[in-house]
Amino acid sequence: MSADIESLLKRALSPVEPSKELEARLEGTLGSLVDMAAEELEAWELSSMRDPRNWVRPVAAAAIGSGAAVGLVLVRTQRRRHKRRKESDSPADLLSRTVRDLAREARRVADDVF
Amino acid sequence: MAAADQTDKARLDEAFSQLYRAHLRDVYSYSYYRVGNHHDAEDLTEQTFLQAYRHFERAQRESDGRPLRPWLIRIAHNLAANYYRDRSRRPQTPIDDAGVISAPHTTEALVEDRDDLRRILAGVDKLPDDRREALIMRFALGMDNREIARALGRTDGATKVLLHRAIRQLEEIVKRDEGPTEP
Repeated sequence: MSADIESLLKRALSPVEPSKELEARLEGTLGSLVDMAAEELEAWELSSMRDPRNWVRPVAAAAIGSGAAVGLVLVRTQRRRHKRRKESDSPADLLSRTVRDLAREARRVADDVF
Repeated sequence: MAAADQTDKARLDEAFSQLYRAHLRDVYSYSYYRVGNHHDAEDLTEQTFLQAYRHFERAQRESDGRPLRPWLIRIAHNLAANYYRDRSRRPQTPIDDAGVISAPHTTEALVEDRDDLRRILAGVDKLPDDRREALIMRFALGMDNREIARALGRTDGATKVLLHRAIRQLEEIVKRDEGPTEP
């Protein structure tokens, strides 16, 4: 019985693949963090993001459906990073601008690709 | 000095990228089975990696060469606990649409098989949090006792007992839910 239940557990709890949209969003967000200087990261207050209402979710990224498109979104978003940094007045603002750019580029690439 | 700092940060970022690529599926699977739906699992996964990035340097320094997967899962575990506390809620729908369960089945045997798996998941959902989490780590992520112990902040021995009791209790739940068997 124990062996039975363990094999059933293994099948019932099979690993779940994350969506391509999540990968694109995460890579974009992490990419923007990599761009930040160390002192900016120090100042970045993550606690403000613990509230689920503030969680990053550029819904438009859901339109992205292929690895190539994901790459294109990230490349285009990366191109604007200097402008974003110049315009932002805090690390949180920079992150928020990056996310907005990602969503905008996702929409554009989706229009181009599909 | 500034150049050395940049090199260190680049090395750290590269190591973090590797960690991310290696364990995105683990964090997502754990999150999914914790919260029971893809929408919240995505948010939880995202938050986990953001937190991990923030504390990565220290974690790497203190890991002493040990794998960082348990640390990553511990972050997800803590965030999931906050998530429920902040929103005063538990999963509103049972976990039932992952992988094999959602696949279309045609023959009677396969339908029966799917029902077995559904019963198992319903049983897992009824377990106390620590037992449910231990099972998710063992069976969805394939973590060994030592890794689970580190993720849950327990000893190896206590983790072994926890897993044993989780499986025993799950067996009882499944048996009870099946109802009395014919003599």
